[in-house]
Amino acid sequence: MLPIGHYLFLGLALFIIGVIGVVTRRNVIVILMSIELILNAVNINLVAFSRLYGDVAGQVFALFIIADAAAEAAVGLGIIIAFFRNRETVLEDEMDLLKW
Amino acid sequence: MLDQVIFYFFAAIAVISAILTVTRRNVVHSAIFLITALLATAGIFLQLRAEFLFIVQIILYVGGIMVLFVFVIMLVNLDVAVRQLRFARQKWVALLISLALAAQVGLMLWSTGKMPGQGVPVLAAVPADKLPLNSEAVAKSLFETYLLPFEIASVLLLVAMIGAVVMAKKRT
Amino acid sequence: MQAVTQATLEFVKQYWAPLVCGLVIVGVLPLIVGYVVLVERKIMADMQARLGPMRVGPHGLLQPIADAVKLLIKEDIIPEDADKLVFWLAPVLSVAAALLAIAGLAIGPAFQIAKDVNIGILFVVGVSAMGIFGIVLGGWASNSHYSLIGALRSSAQLVSYETAAGMALVCGLLFAGSLNITSIVQAQYDQGVWFGLLAPVAFFTYLVASIAETNRAPFDLPEAESELVAGYMTEFSGFRWSLYFLAEYTNMIVVASVATTLFLGGWLRPFPRTTWLSFIDFFPPLLMVGIGVYCLMRTPKQPVRVQQTFMLAVAGLCFAVALVLVAPMLVPAVKPLHDGILGAFWFIFKVSLYIYFFMWLRFTLPRYRFDQLMRLGWHFLIPLSIINVLLIGIAMIVGTYFHLQGWSLLLTTSPASIIALIIALFILATEQKSEPQKSSAAPDSYA
Repeated sequence: MLPIGHYLFLGLALFIIGVIGVVTRRNVIVILMSIELILNAVNINLVAFSRLYGDVAGQVFALFIIADAAAEAAVGLGIIIAFFRNRETVLEDEMDLLKW
Repeated sequence: MLDQVIFYFFAAIAVISAILTVTRRNVVHSAIFLITALLATAGIFLQLRAEFLFIVQIILYVGGIMVLFVFVIMLVNLDVAVRQLRFARQKWVALLISLALAAQVGLMLWSTGKMPGQGVPVLAAVPADKLPLNSEAVAKSLFETYLLPFEIASVLLLVAMIGAVVMAKKRT
Repeated sequence: MQAVTQATLEFVKQYWAPLVCGLVIVGVLPLIVGYVVLVERKIMADMQARLGPMRVGPHGLLQPIADAVKLLIKEDIIPEDADKLVFWLAPVLSVAAALLAIAGLAIGPAFQIAKDVNIGILFVVGVSAMGIFGIVLGGWASNSHYSLIGALRSSAQLVSYETAAGMALVCGLLFAGSLNITSIVQAQYDQGVWFGLLAPVAFFTYLVASIAETNRAPFDLPEAESELVAGYMTEFSGFRWSLYFLAEYTNMIVVASVATTLFLGGWLRPFPRTTWLSFIDFFPPLLMVGIGVYCLMRTPKQPVRVQQTFMLAVAGLCFAVALVLVAPMLVPAVKPLHDGILGAFWFIFKVSLYIYFFMWLRFTLPRYRFDQLMRLGWHFLIPLSIINVLLIGIAMIVGTYFHLQGWSLLLTTSPASIIALIIALFILATEQKSEPQKSSAAPDSYA
């Protein structure tokens, strides 16, 4: 049978991949997608523990995290569209002006 | 046995497509691999008998958020971006820091006996046929114990909606 | 490796029946879709006072097979600058989502591939919604402007109408109190009334939203043959194109089945609890006999011998189906199959009526303009459906307070529906006032 360690390790792997994506990529859209990966990794841990203790609270919190991810994606993509309209770029190291 | 095969199958898909997500040059390909990773995670939720979360993951993440991503990717012209430098200048420092983080968390898991192969068997803890009906149980917990967080989450979504509209609106 | 084989064997041993059913559905569905297309062409011809396909087989009955052969042997073109992998993936994704959704549906109490799924109807809706990626990625991968515009239009349209459809489903689920498809139909049996009658506004909202979701006329802007040269499908030909076609018609069957399950009583006959109306049970075999007799009457008028024999065969088939339908009522040995067989008939009958309504609309209404479509979705349907959920919820609370059940629940839900209708008219009136500034929306309407 599957021990809890498997799920934690999978969560860790996805989390680290997400962190690497956030800190190394230049494209803001990919950075946002990596953040989704990180949130997803957290969800795996929550659901695994929820199953371990037979308590649905973990799944409820995973739901909250998904709602949070939706909010974050909506605002983030809104900012990207506004930025692209003004500067014609989606690269984070070209976002270097405080006012335009 | 079936559970293990399903877990390894979905876990392998999730990890591989996550790696491809952050390394692909073309953003649309990244999005496709992210969708694959999210679907594989949904499969793992199903393997953990969290059916409601499985379908929420598909409807909200894959059917909602990822559609938004793909839509925005197509709005911002990316023919230019494909030819540009993929990674930021600080990539080696960043990699180092991430690996240090990985080592730290891994060490913590190891020292508490939660490495792969150790720890309490998850699925044996509560047998599958003893679980309450999943969507009913989640709903009960959500609307009784966690009603206030639920309301706060809906306010958060409202704020996000207003924020997105204000951000994306054309200033005339 | 041995573990994997063992697990596979275990899996097959446990789930062989659903697997076989799934294979059968994947095999038979293209044929069904082919005949749905034929029926559509025939209905279109009838409404336009012409004959429709007549050459292949009697009254064109073999036309779908000829079409399939033509599509399969056509040249397979991949544009030079297309993204090959995504171009290959997109149609497959579309079809896979549509076919997967069928697994959750129940055709009659006895025929369901994934039995007793806790999340039943959400699974169907959620999985079929993934077909949007097939459209968007297909349009993007073709590397053509028409395709990209079609893809963007379609993703905007699907996302906005999904909200309205979801809200309409919530109304039905409020009455059912469960997501499990069997429980939903059982709830309608217990109440003795279809939820479509209890929540007519929700049913109407779902009807409109489901037309938009399947990209059918009058909301077929993503394809728009006359302006966008078939939109996201411009660069697809032969087999890939037919995959998109298959996905579109399968999606039609899926939304029709969801509407039937939730609003039209699933596999129940009309008035399921009213015993003195039991003679309705004889309607299915009589209908089949009627069709058979009509075929027999037409047989002498066929010009060729082959066509006459074929017509006789169709008549015989109808009589055989009628026999199967009537058998459980007369022969005690097959009595247990009664619900299953008649249920399957009623389900398929209702789904056919729903699809017929789609076709009827397609040949009646002209296509919407894109800004009109968005306005209808965001300014009319979504507010209406949200208000309707609120009103139906209040009606349910009042109903439980007075212990109302079944038909008497109409006492509280019909005022709710009337209020929703008044609000709808009010919204329409204010919409008409704000209509004149339409020229500004055109160029940036999908941004």
